[in-house]
Amino acid sequence: MSILEKTLTTKKATREAFGDEIVKLGKENKDIYVIDVDIAKSCKTSNFIKQLPDQHINVGIAEQNAAGLAAGLATTGKIPFVSTYAVFGSLRMAEQIRQEVCYPNLNVKIACSHGGLTPANDGGSHQAIEDMGVLRSFPNMTVIMGADYYSTRKLVEQAAKMYGPVYLRFTRDTVPMIYDENEEFTIGKAKKLQEGSDIAIIANGDTLRLAIEATKELEKQGISVKLLDMHTIKPLDRDAVVECLNVGKIITVEDHNILNGLGSAVCEVVAEEGKGKVSRVGVQDQFGQSAPYEKLLELNGITVENIINTAKEMLQ
Amino acid sequence: MKVKNISVEELKEIAIEMRKTAVTMIHKAQSGHPGGSLSAADLMTALYFKEMNIDPNNPNWEDRDRFVLSKGHVCPIQYSALALKGYVPYETIYTLREYGSPFQGHPDMKKCPGIDISTGSLGQGLSCGVGMAIAGKRDKKSYRVFSLLGDGECQEGQIWEAAQTAVKYQLDNLVVFVDNNRLQIDGFTDEIMPLQDIEKKFEVFGFETKRIDGHSMEEIVETLDEVRVAKNGKPKCIVMDTVKGKGVSYMEDVAEWHGVAPNDEEYKQAIGEISGGLK
Repeated sequence: MSILEKTLTTKKATREAFGDEIVKLGKENKDIYVIDVDIAKSCKTSNFIKQLPDQHINVGIAEQNAAGLAAGLATTGKIPFVSTYAVFGSLRMAEQIRQEVCYPNLNVKIACSHGGLTPANDGGSHQAIEDMGVLRSFPNMTVIMGADYYSTRKLVEQAAKMYGPVYLRFTRDTVPMIYDENEEFTIGKAKKLQEGSDIAIIANGDTLRLAIEATKELEKQGISVKLLDMHTIKPLDRDAVVECLNVGKIITVEDHNILNGLGSAVCEVVAEEGKGKVSRVGVQDQFGQSAPYEKLLELNGITVENIINTAKEMLQ
Repeated sequence: MKVKNISVEELKEIAIEMRKTAVTMIHKAQSGHPGGSLSAADLMTALYFKEMNIDPNNPNWEDRDRFVLSKGHVCPIQYSALALKGYVPYETIYTLREYGSPFQGHPDMKKCPGIDISTGSLGQGLSCGVGMAIAGKRDKKSYRVFSLLGDGECQEGQIWEAAQTAVKYQLDNLVVFVDNNRLQIDGFTDEIMPLQDIEKKFEVFGFETKRIDGHSMEEIVETLDEVRVAKNGKPKCIVMDTVKGKGVSYMEDVAEWHGVAPNDEEYKQAIGEISGGLK
């Protein structure tokens, strides 16, 4: 059964995937460390603390120190995961990540819950809308957001097993479980959910579910959709984007500012190739506020309806 | 812990070579930071030529003592130690800040053997040292971590985040030195942003502390002897009263010599003065 035929009923937050996978990885490899900054419960590392206390450090509310400490650990062969919220992991720690992790290319992973608009009721201060863009501009950094529980677990596992800095972004809220447990993922390789010939939709993270719904509806209306899960925005799967140029028209969908994230990364390739057209669905370069998550998506046009309308406009 | 059997008098002689080498590389490059390099010269000599358990032929040896130059801009004095110890050919000093040189403007662990962590952005190095020291404890290794901070650098909040972590994790394998030369780029620290009593600050954070004359090789060596045996669960902080530009009369206590290179005439005078040893 193809993923598009599945009824997506079960839901789980992808921060849970990190919490579960990191325990498994930590047991397999004693060099895996978790560095918490006082929000272990919220970032789902409590089990790791309980089961692997000797591989755990909590520095309190001191993110900058956490990043530097992780770099120091990495120089001794450890594989530290700094666990925090995306808004702090990308911004409060940004310079430390640049200077002490990316510049010396150390094997540090930044694992962040509360990605995008998912910390909805926390308000604009806590919604990380620019994180992936910031991290994408640091040399040596890999930037990833899985779409659901199982894909996130696989991507966390791969991040632990590859050498080098990785930024992983998770959802606070639950998202539908899209993939089966046995589905394979490769960092830097887009996951093709469906082949199509009229329009291509490239989505990632918590918005993949919206892209799936939009695809189903467009197909019903006789529009053939190619659908990609671009879980890694850096290194971007350039070949997959170039393949979309055979379709010609591309919609990107992301829970991130339309500046500097997935949409921008795709536009860079399309512009360099000199053909094709892109429409970006995402956060409209504006801060959020306290509101239900779905309401915030709606305020930015990150909806099934808007994806469908955008597709139709592009096909006119 | 293997400590080299070397006398204070011999260390003083090496300190002269360290200062000469640092000033020479900055003069050749016509760029770099002489003031802080000279204030840190005596400690760096004692660490590299007596105290630290290191092997220039095996710079990545996993049981080595680590050194973190948190005030990364004074790397010429660390480069002097690396060149004199043979981590790199001595002639490397003539390539400071040049394209392709292991001696980058600020320490780069990817380009230079003997650099345990890249630094350059102030306030960040100590956190890395804390990470190394925690790893040493968890892995039951006997190596120690030495880190040199500037006094001006202690204006950065992250220093204190790192300090509280060192105390929490009982890092008695971590020794922090503060090069208290009382000057920063814009002037005296007391005018730019007073630091109050740095030693007391580290003490209330939970460090075992001591304040010494950072240009007395006798005091430095004596202090390192004390620190070596103090395995009491407390990280150590040694505040060293120093003079920026120490050993070159026209640079001493002059903020402007933070980051400028001497011209040919000034260089000649500097080498002459340094050769006579510290007064």
